[in-house]
Amino acid sequence: MANIEEIRTRVRLGEFEVTNGHTTDFPGSYSGYDDAWNQVKFEKKFHIDVIRLTDRDLEFDMVGIDCAIANAFRRILLSEVPTMAVDKVFIYNNTSIIQDEVLAHRLGLIPIKVDPRLFEYRTADDTEGTPEDTVVLELKVRCKKNPNATKDTTDPDVLYVNHKVTTNNIKWLSQGNQAALFKDGIHPADEDVLIAKLRPGQEIDIKMHCVKGIGKDHAKFSPVATASYRLLPEITLTQPVEGALAEQLKQCFAPGVIEIDNIDGVLCVVSVDSAVCCRCAVGCVCVLRARVAAARKDTCSREVLRHDTIKDCVKLTRVRDHFIFSVESTGALPPDVLVTEAIKVLQAKCRRVLQELEDVDSDDQ
Amino acid sequence: MDTPKDKDQPPAKPQVMLYICGECHHENEIKARDPIRCRECGYRIMYKKRTKRMVVFDGR
Repeated sequence: MANIEEIRTRVRLGEFEVTNGHTTDFPGSYSGYDDAWNQVKFEKKFHIDVIRLTDRDLEFDMVGIDCAIANAFRRILLSEVPTMAVDKVFIYNNTSIIQDEVLAHRLGLIPIKVDPRLFEYRTADDTEGTPEDTVVLELKVRCKKNPNATKDTTDPDVLYVNHKVTTNNIKWLSQGNQAALFKDGIHPADEDVLIAKLRPGQEIDIKMHCVKGIGKDHAKFSPVATASYRLLPEITLTQPVEGALAEQLKQCFAPGVIEIDNIDGVLCVVSVDSAVCCRCAVGCVCVLRARVAAARKDTCSREVLRHDTIKDCVKLTRVRDHFIFSVESTGALPPDVLVTEAIKVLQAKCRRVLQELEDVDSDDQ
Repeated sequence: MDTPKDKDQPPAKPQVMLYICGECHHENEIKARDPIRCRECGYRIMYKKRTKRMVVFDGR
């Protein structure tokens, strides 16, 4: 029975294969189990724990959900949560060595820090843009010789003025009532992203239209640098691992995964650190025993299974319904907002399916 | 005195033509029948400046 429970809930990492990779807990798969979906049961089991949240990064655990749904969130984050990006590039002058079309492509990929929820999608036939669907940016740089440069210098930073064109040079041109709406202005998400390099006499004079779009259309609209998940690793020691083997086991995993305790350390007066053997020449009673301290940190390299001496002491598994999500925002929106937006997108999709089904039903009658 | 011949000719443009030296990239103002020669370095190959006409690209 314990084995069936393991097949249902764990992915097993073997020496040569990964077994039980598929979800099998569907209704009717196992006798004696009620796998029918149930709201109350789901709410009891499901929880989300935020592990780390900064302005760009989010790590959270999503527990008690099928991988299909977890993967749907990941895919929506990548390709269906909208952001604003440069789409039309009006080049008035570009005498730099970087070609117009390459420059336009580079400008398109710059993340812009502006809330896309305040904008509409631009219609396909619209080329002018309105304040409701377009942010206009300007990039106007001209490189000059630095008259104050010392004679013997070879450093381009000293020799030339404005020789590095970065996102700092991009200026926002407010349209309509945008200035009132965006008090802090609209800027690229990062400063000092290098766009092009100039030499004296070279000039870049460009106007850009930023529009709202989704990652499905072009990767530049993707709001995440990446969004991914992994299953929670689980390491079980099937028998006590002591002495030299404990040290060997520790070396097989990432730092912090396995810790070594001196279980009889209290008896030993010479040892200061409980995890270190006192190495008393005579009569050492230290027993060093390995303990799984943080299976979460494991990289699942399965290195331990290459060592015949200890491979039978451990069982490596992953919890099938425990997803460790990692979301890295490009800077347009905070990562937690991106996740809630992704959830809203999936909700809208579900509502649409329900509506379609309803329409089919009403057509039949 | 305007002669019919003068009327046919387009009026002289007030704007000056700037050319870029192929050697030192200095901007030189060169009028018709001026010697083609950079004022800074004496180089004799000159380039025209890029047109001011705007071009539109897709940022993708």
